Amino acid sequence: MELNAHIPEGPIEQKWEKHRFDSKLVNPANKRKYEIIVVGSGLAGASAAATLSELGYRVKCFCYQDSPRRAHSIAAQGGINAAKNYQADGDSVYRLFYDTVKGGDFRAREANVYRLAQLSVQIIDHCVAQGVPFAREYGGYLANRSFGGAQVSRTFYARGQTGQQLLLGAYQQLQKEVHAGGVQMYPRHEMMELVVVDGVARGVITRDLLTGKVEAFSADAVVLGTGGYANVFFLSTNAKGCNVTAIWRAHKKGAGFANPCYTQIHPTCLPPAGEYQSKLTLMSESLRNDGRVWVPVKPGDGRQPHEIPEAERDYYLERYYPSYGNLAPRDISSRRAKEMVDLGRGVGPSGVGVYLDFRDAIERLGKSVIEERYGNLFDMYQNITGEDPYQAPMRIYPAPHYTMGGLWVDYNLMSTIPGLHVIGEANFSDHGANRLGASALMQGLADGYFILPLTIGDYLARNRQPRLDPGHSAFQDAIRDVHARTGRLLQARGSRSVQDFHRELGRLLWEYCGMERTEAGLRQALERIPALREEFWRNVKVPGAGGEFNQQLEYAGRVADFMEFAELLCIDALDRDESCGGHFRVEHQTADGEAQRDDDRFAHVSVWEFAGVGSAPRKHREELTFEHVPLAQRSYK
Amino acid sequence: MNLTLHVWRQNGAEQGRFETYRAEGMSEHMSFLELLDVVNERLIAAGQDPIAFDHDCREGICGMCGFMINGEPHGPLPATTVCQLHMRNYRDGDELWLEPWRAKGFPVLRDLAVNRGAFDRIIAAGGFTTARTGTALDAHAVLVPKDSAELAMDAAECIACGACVAACPNASAMLFTAAKVAHLGYLPQGQPERYQRVLAMVEQHDAEGFGHCTNHGACQTACPKEIKVDYIARLNRDLRVARFRDRGALD
Repeated sequence: MELNAHIPEGPIEQKWEKHRFDSKLVNPANKRKYEIIVVGSGLAGASAAATLSELGYRVKCFCYQDSPRRAHSIAAQGGINAAKNYQADGDSVYRLFYDTVKGGDFRAREANVYRLAQLSVQIIDHCVAQGVPFAREYGGYLANRSFGGAQVSRTFYARGQTGQQLLLGAYQQLQKEVHAGGVQMYPRHEMMELVVVDGVARGVITRDLLTGKVEAFSADAVVLGTGGYANVFFLSTNAKGCNVTAIWRAHKKGAGFANPCYTQIHPTCLPPAGEYQSKLTLMSESLRNDGRVWVPVKPGDGRQPHEIPEAERDYYLERYYPSYGNLAPRDISSRRAKEMVDLGRGVGPSGVGVYLDFRDAIERLGKSVIEERYGNLFDMYQNITGEDPYQAPMRIYPAPHYTMGGLWVDYNLMSTIPGLHVIGEANFSDHGANRLGASALMQGLADGYFILPLTIGDYLARNRQPRLDPGHSAFQDAIRDVHARTGRLLQARGSRSVQDFHRELGRLLWEYCGMERTEAGLRQALERIPALREEFWRNVKVPGAGGEFNQQLEYAGRVADFMEFAELLCIDALDRDESCGGHFRVEHQTADGEAQRDDDRFAHVSVWEFAGVGSAPRKHREELTFEHVPLAQRSYK
Repeated sequence: MNLTLHVWRQNGAEQGRFETYRAEGMSEHMSFLELLDVVNERLIAAGQDPIAFDHDCREGICGMCGFMINGEPHGPLPATTVCQLHMRNYRDGDELWLEPWRAKGFPVLRDLAVNRGAFDRIIAAGGFTTARTGTALDAHAVLVPKDSAELAMDAAECIACGACVAACPNASAMLFTAAKVAHLGYLPQGQPERYQRVLAMVEQHDAEGFGHCTNHGACQTACPKEIKVDYIARLNRDLRVARFRDRGALD
């Protein structure tokens, strides 16, 4: 496996412009001869599919949901960053770039991050033109809020539903193209296999989730925008259907998997309540603008929050990080919450939680201002917990939320398989070891609207080969593989449900490969995962048949892939013998408990090459250099 | 708590029927979908087919979940999708009837899951602004009064779950259609295509087999995002203007 990031020469400010000029173009009349498959219809997939179609390419777009508008980007609450400097508070492209590299704990590629910061500006312009109803000031100008890891206000938002509004913008543009005939949409279709012929991605195999029909689709290029893999933990803030299947199938066909151990645990989620718990609900990070995080000073303090006097409250984030306070980055805030709970100072019935308190903000600004800013989040909290957050502080606890790792891509967003491009959360590119809040929407849309539609043209112009017939033996073999796998799942006829296996896998990972990781724990996980996987294939119980709408069969296929992927996650976490961002190895911390990087040994991207299920994957490295943001211990104090 | 569930079971075009299940030992802190998860786990263990229902985000925003509980879309709470409905709103011993959305425009796929593809086609007909990627002016080039942005946002919150159609005695999707017409109609960016949009979307709405609005208002009560029927009045006004402007579209 050869890793060449194809980073353009020249000063960082000019790389993207130079690259755009150097990229080969496909002339407008020829674009319609190319077919491009886009898997996933979230911010990255929908924006890419719509833009490719506008340019003239013929696009087939697949999603597992019943409509492209349901992709999980819709649940992003807080906002989207852009270096507009509309607040005239000292922001710039360079500052957004700098904050993102630093926030990612120096494990991202500088050239990509700089381009992201440059494009952030155009994203806002485009979304406004689409009719995204961003929050406004009275004068009609756009409003901004602050987010973690930044000291400027550069986050654009639409109440607490920014992801929804941005996705609907992309979805509407996509539907416009469906209507115009440039995009064929395949909802309720799941990608089951990537078809690679002579080392080049030539199409996909899908399963129609309503009829069970397994079908081959051939194309000139394949784009995966299939999101992250946080559901490997079973309980996460992701939608129930989010999965690793598409990128895992591509990995098994030769795509390098980069930094799988970089997982983000979001600090502000609702604490788990019981065994039946099916997901964890996120409360937007924007709440930390006005909410203050605290726990009682005294361990095991059983009093109600309002009975605890000011002197017996520990606003620990403000204490540890006076300059960033409650807006310390996500990885740091999450770990500190765990520390408080481990010290016995956690709150709520289970003792697993900390307070997020709006008392002072309500006193300072009035209830109506808080209601305007966060009304829907407060309602959601009350719905779920039955408690009124205007009266009593919220209880929150960290939960798996986002995955910075993903398929390795070069500057063109192409994976190690020529013809296979990966965009949005599914790739590894821009967030390093920790993503800052409001940067996921920015990256998904930068990839989909502005980067991929250009770089894929360069690929197509340089690699002209006739599209394969779906009857080609490679497609037919792949179809047989899919049938064989679903057949095995249905015929196991064991005694444990899919969910039961998924829950056990998730618990195991949360314990040994969650917020804190140790060598001993990871070794234990690596012993137990193969055994659990073996039991899964022998003892899983999947009712129904393959040729019908069968939600348990869909779920079983996804969990089967999680069972394989989980091992790679732990292998990477064990191999990365340092702490950085969201990857915290207990053995490597500073005297005051912060992540201790080892730049001499680990200032690289770990890229794993598949070598068979249960066989040790081969590691490759992309060395990272930091010419603009000097390597330093992150400090938010 | 213990509950009795009468659940609509139907596979595709076959004749459906209610089947009765006992849901025993449930927690009041569960969401309604978590209750169904547990019921399904027990059905699977007993070798029976689990109940099919659509769901995804489970935080009330993706719009994928939704079914009738005792004749009410998404159950009894206002402004709440069924994934956010918690069992503390029920009493031990309650008897609940679960049915899919029933409308000609939403064919039943299986059990509680229906096909809502019609909504995508209504948006495709005109629910967008034609703004090609990369061609926009600076976002501050056109100012948007705060009031307009707020009104647009109120309408844009629609999650396309289909509860409005299920609640309507005419199975009309006017609230859904009107919300998108209003969202874009309140904004300067939506003006160039305003009248063309309303004509195209209403035409598609009718072609999908949804009924006409006769001002019952049941949709507004059922809507988990509290979208107001006022938007339907607004749509009708735009529609009338559009038909005068474009006399060729007059019947």
